[in-house]
Amino acid sequence: MSKNDAPARARPLSPHLQIYRWPVTMLSSILHRGTGIALYSGTLFLTIWLLAAAVGPSFFDQVAAIYASPLGLVVTAGYSWALFYHLLNGVRHLNWDAGLGFEISQANASATLVLVGSFVLTGLLWAVVLFDLI
Amino acid sequence: MQTPLGKIRGLGSAKEGVGHFWAQRVTAIALIPLLLYFLAGLISLRGADYGAFSDWIAAPLNAVALLALVIVGFYHMSLGLQVVIEDYIHNEGAKIVLLVLNKFWAAGAGLACVYAILKVGLFA
Repeated sequence: MSKNDAPARARPLSPHLQIYRWPVTMLSSILHRGTGIALYSGTLFLTIWLLAAAVGPSFFDQVAAIYASPLGLVVTAGYSWALFYHLLNGVRHLNWDAGLGFEISQANASATLVLVGSFVLTGLLWAVVLFDLI
Repeated sequence: MQTPLGKIRGLGSAKEGVGHFWAQRVTAIALIPLLLYFLAGLISLRGADYGAFSDWIAAPLNAVALLALVIVGFYHMSLGLQVVIEDYIHNEGAKIVLLVLNKFWAAGAGLACVYAILKVGLFA
């Protein structure tokens, strides 16, 4: 029986992703791609924002008001988290490109550092913006 | 080894070719300071009105930095999404359509942003 006889039928698969512990490096890799896709998608809103500025003050104010609405702020905050995560993990990747940090312990530690750091930086940014800290 | 015909047909691995790899890294490095500069600018502009915003863009360093951020950023993201598309889309026709749309968005939206920045910076 050759491989190309009949179209493959979907076979049942025992659960794995929901069962086994996710290595932090695996989570990191998935998040890097996921945040990258999210950042790409968000450039639509960045483009709209800049074009609104080119249209004129009143239209720009309307767009800015939408972005500053509760939903808009949530989306922007999420976007800033994705940005910080992708930025920090990107530096982690650049380290690897330079040949550094390949030991398992180092990869695990840097993955955790990036994850924690992304939330810390997001918190700092919004604390500064919302509470006029600087 | 790649023959001219193979090159035209797009044969061989299109994933992380050396040129793509290097461009992705160089744009990544450039984006670090550009992004930090933009974030600092946004923070300084919080709560500002349109006039303050257009004044900020009119300053040459800010305008050039923002233009660089947009151009380099859109290029970096199109390279990244290219790899994602190649990884997950297996239908050849759909893959090519998406790869082309990816380039169109990056180029088109990038151009729109450049236009907006120049318009606000030079004429507003």
